[in-house]
Amino acid sequence: MSLVNYATREITCKIVYYGPGRSGKTTNLHYIYGQVPEERKGKMVSLATQTDRTLFFDFLPLDLGTISGFTTKFQLYTVPGQVYYQTTRKLVLQGADGVVFVADSQARQLEENIESFQDLHANLAEQGIDARGVPLVIQYNKQDLPRELILTPNELNDALNFRGVPEFGADALHGPGVFETLRSISELVLKRLSQPTR
Amino acid sequence: MQVDPRHRFDNFVVGSANRLAVAAARAVAESPGAVYNPLFIYSSSGLGKTHLMGAIGNHVSGRAESLDIEYVSLDDFVEQLHAAIASGEGERFKQRYQRVDVLLIDDMQFLTGRRETQTELLRLLNAMQGSGRQIVMSSDRPPAEIADVDERLITRLSGGLIVDIGTPDFETRIAIMRAKCEERGVKFWPGVIEELGRLEFRNVRELQGALNRLIAFQTLGGEQIRPEDVLTVLGDLPEARSVAREESPGAPKENEFQSFLTDVASAVAQHVESWKARVAEAIAYWTGEGYRTTQLERLLQESAPPTNWESLLRGFGATVERLKALEQQATEVDGALGGDDVFRDPERLREAEVLLDRALAGATPPPGPSAAFTRQGFEVSSSNQLAVRAADDIVAAPGKRYSPLFIHGPSGVGKTHLLNAIGNELVDGSGGASAVACVSAQLFMDELIEALQDGTVERWRARYRSADALLIDDVQFVAGKERTQEELFHVFNSLHSEGKQLVFCSDRLPRELDGLEDRLRSRFEGGLVVEMQSPDRALREKLYARYLAATEHEPGPELLSYLAERSAASVREIIGIVNRLVAAADVAGAPLTLSVARAELDPDSSAAARPTTPVVARAAADTFFLDDEKVVWEWTDASTRMMEELK
Repeated sequence: MSLVNYATREITCKIVYYGPGRSGKTTNLHYIYGQVPEERKGKMVSLATQTDRTLFFDFLPLDLGTISGFTTKFQLYTVPGQVYYQTTRKLVLQGADGVVFVADSQARQLEENIESFQDLHANLAEQGIDARGVPLVIQYNKQDLPRELILTPNELNDALNFRGVPEFGADALHGPGVFETLRSISELVLKRLSQPTR
Repeated sequence: MQVDPRHRFDNFVVGSANRLAVAAARAVAESPGAVYNPLFIYSSSGLGKTHLMGAIGNHVSGRAESLDIEYVSLDDFVEQLHAAIASGEGERFKQRYQRVDVLLIDDMQFLTGRRETQTELLRLLNAMQGSGRQIVMSSDRPPAEIADVDERLITRLSGGLIVDIGTPDFETRIAIMRAKCEERGVKFWPGVIEELGRLEFRNVRELQGALNRLIAFQTLGGEQIRPEDVLTVLGDLPEARSVAREESPGAPKENEFQSFLTDVASAVAQHVESWKARVAEAIAYWTGEGYRTTQLERLLQESAPPTNWESLLRGFGATVERLKALEQQATEVDGALGGDDVFRDPERLREAEVLLDRALAGATPPPGPSAAFTRQGFEVSSSNQLAVRAADDIVAAPGKRYSPLFIHGPSGVGKTHLLNAIGNELVDGSGGASAVACVSAQLFMDELIEALQDGTVERWRARYRSADALLIDDVQFVAGKERTQEELFHVFNSLHSEGKQLVFCSDRLPRELDGLEDRLRSRFEGGLVVEMQSPDRALREKLYARYLAATEHEPGPELLSYLAERSAASVREIIGIVNRLVAAADVAGAPLTLSVARAELDPDSSAAARPTTPVVARAAADTFFLDDEKVVWEWTDASTRMMEELK
């Protein structure tokens, strides 16, 4: 998927929110959706199970209008976190321009975080993509929970962020950290515009 | 309107909320017209738009005094426009603004509903952008949100960079206040400014108002304010009241999406190089027109702009124009060629040219050699053997040995025959693939004149230039014909440079041709010039034997030697004599013998009776007409003719 189409003067960024189940990926998208001014609101597509877990994926198209002469569109996707939706995860991950890894800050979820993070790398590798080349930021969600339940960003960094990518503590339910994360991944993705087209 | 000299970059406090706007403004001030044009700054009031615009103006004028900088609020602009129109000086108004190098317009939000101002502004923006002059505008909202504005103007305004200035964060507020205190020489106790900074003012102006109040309180009261006094001093300000309630950490911040959008905009503006955008535009355009743009697409792969990318773009356009012209010509010749792929790919321009040449040549191939003249039917003797040998060499290796070959000799010695024979041999030698143009100079000229009349000289030229060999008979006719020589010269050069064979026949040597241009003469003489002489005795004998053998009369050796002894200026004369003899023998009803021949050819020395009238007529006809069709051989008797006339 090409990020920038000079011919049609379009920029399309596909950003995938990845992470273990219940880490708050959909919550991120909901918060962003809530902030989009009415006139720009597209339709958020959420395919959820009866128990409100993401069954397939969420899709939030963001039409950012014309920027420097380019029609700019962001597509935000989430993958289903549950282990058994492996195929859907792979599909959604295809052609991603950037990945946000949403980790659950709760101490007892550490294993799931690590597992999901490895799963991300495995899936990228399977698609022949060098994970080091994919723009990635990590969000440590649920930092608003009581201190005794969660790990600090530093502790989580030790466990997950061995590549030293940008990381953000967040409270996706109320907003802090959500746009910081989105802004950071957008910046990383857009940086690629000035690199030779793939 | 003057720019406020106090508005400078060095006293504008930069924070996260305005960093992008300041960076953009600086870039614009450094090189007006080159980046972000137009620059559109928006924010709610009191956050520094005017300061930033002023800073641009001051910075530019400080660097380049010659530049004409105009700072105007939209209201003033409208007023000026109305006044100008009212006094009939609308044109002067336009001219005045067209001279401006950097135009700063404040308060664009007042554009709402002002149709004529919008039109005028649109025109002005077009003119200024077209000539690379800078426009900076400010407003309290983004262009798309200014109500009732012409869509075209909106796109113009959004075409450059749109930046917003957000409310300053805590650190910025502190920095602003410290700067102000320094400016005014006021010192507060540590913590006072920080305490004031905790108040969420909607804009810097209000913040400044609060600071002024503290300063006044301190200077008038003569007492240093302590941090805990701040809220009391500002007690009746709403911000001071609201600060009391602890802000919930999760409360959504205002305008998060808007600031995200601004960030993305700046990232895009930063990373999409304008040259690539231009190239992309060209690609989109030409692709839309149906042309292949591989050349330009390769350009996009470059990480840095090639220094000549603009000329490459122009060159591409020029090539496409050329292709269009070629295609049009080709379509005129052969409708089926319209839309051929080669006319759609600038990288295949050469192919397109070749295709057109072929089409032109193929539509009406140049005249070829006449099949009636064969090499086998050409008798050789010492009088013409040099020419024949040269001809054979040419056929063996066209264009390699004698090019051009120039054959001269009196009329009727076989030059045309040999020329056509060469042509036929060349065609046969190539298996029929060779395009051999074999033409008399007269026809060559007639064709040219016709082409000139029809305006199809290009096509005519292409026909000859595409030939593999050019054989021109009676080239003496071009002498004195300037245009024909001109064209022949170019065709000659074009073919000669490509190693194609050229053969010319003439009744004289090149240097004896009066009115032949030197450039052609020297070219004719540059190859091999050979003479074909009148047939010698050996050739005459061969020719008589051959032509008589073709009749029913088998000539005896004495007859042949008698005939061969008689001089003949040309082959044509020999054919004439053969015809006379055969006729005489037929009339006499006797076989053609030496005595019949003598009686016919040397009547004085012969005892034989005078030939009967028809034979005399035939003899005379042979001398003058040579063409059987032009002579009336059988006359009806006088009485019938009389009857015809009476009727």
